[in-house]
Amino acid sequence: MSIATAAQTIGPYWHLLDDPALADLTRFGATGERIELVGTVRDGDGELVTDGCIELWQPSPAADDVFPGFGRCATDAHGRFRFITLKPGPVPGRGNTLQAPHLAINILARGILTRLYTRAYFEGEPLNAADPLLGLIEDPARRATLIARPVGLATWQMDIRLQGNDETVFIEV
Amino acid sequence: MTDQRGSEIIGFRAPAPGSQPSNDTPAYGSTRKRHPLHRPLAFAHTVTETTGPRFSPAQFPATADISMVKGHAAMGERIIVSGRITDEDGRPVPHTMVEIWQANAAGRYHHPRDQHDAPLDPHFTGTGRVFTDAEGFYRFTTIKPGAYPWRNHHNAWRPNHIHFSYFGPGFATRLITQMYFPGDPLLALDPVFHAVPDAGARERLIARFDLDTTQPEWALGYRFDVVLRGRDATPMEG
Ligand SMILES: [Fe+2]
Repeated sequence: MSIATAAQTIGPYWHLLDDPALADLTRFGATGERIELVGTVRDGDGELVTDGCIELWQPSPAADDVFPGFGRCATDAHGRFRFITLKPGPVPGRGNTLQAPHLAINILARGILTRLYTRAYFEGEPLNAADPLLGLIEDPARRATLIARPVGLATWQMDIRLQGNDETVFIEV
Repeated sequence: MTDQRGSEIIGFRAPAPGSQPSNDTPAYGSTRKRHPLHRPLAFAHTVTETTGPRFSPAQFPATADISMVKGHAAMGERIIVSGRITDEDGRPVPHTMVEIWQANAAGRYHHPRDQHDAPLDPHFTGTGRVFTDAEGFYRFTTIKPGAYPWRNHHNAWRPNHIHFSYFGPGFATRLITQMYFPGDPLLALDPVFHAVPDAGARERLIARFDLDTTQPEWALGYRFDVVLRGRDATPMEG
């Protein structure tokens, strides 16, 4: 048995890979409930993270030729990211559980050696109350860091704090 | 796929102790305000983590030779990097996308934020993309990247390296890493490399010179094999 290769930081120059089109998961013509996920990334001093790479994956709706399920977005000069995608539905959890609709999020940047992983849930979603992951977070303030709130007709906002009092709940992956 | 059935989900194995860097690595100054203070929430993988993106070469065309632009050769030492991607059980990872980016031979990135006083090369952009074949092999042609200074500490220089991005079968297998070159004296001084606690795990980030990959009268070859996480031995019931 071999051991998985070590991670290293994505560094400050990863934008050589960047294609802004990847932030729009509907670019191949996928149809459904189109939403926008936006947010600002800050560090332990509250400083904007302007060189970050945010990646999004969603198991629902299922990926196909027109819906990649995956997106990538650079944080801008204001630490902001913005994805356009389709609103996910619930997916099975372990056993007979059901997971509330959510998006999986990777945060990569200079100063981050191993990707940080989290999820974005949606405020007001009835299934949130029974979600197996949200249920593990006892502190309501901590739990709220994983819940995007509506800030427009179809725009949801979830800010990310890498370190500090309102630190985002990151998930072992 | 069994992944879609909650009760049959097979997650990916936890990292072997010491094999992965800690985000709290004080010698690498940028980690100071960017590492979480809370422990990550333990949560067994679900379909969200066991599935992941698929990229088609039709939508993401391969660029296997980045040693030239429009027929003009980049400056520097042309090299071939090849290797095999397997999982921890030795199974090949077929048809997965591999992305690379790197500095040019002078140690300068084709990037607006790179202010290192070294020449840009109009014939080198330093980014490429390939897919593994059915047996997990990949290969690309590039230029050996130069070392470059950074401001982590006094007289700090990054060893020669190529940045790599891998996906594998699930979002949990996502891996961003750096490939280093054998015999580089800067490795001993590099806090990013040394953020990996286990010496063997660090060694595996160093490519080896490979005469079989080397092409006569053309380019030196390096071999860089990568291991992505394997599946847990037994399915975990919810
Ligand atoms: Fe680099």
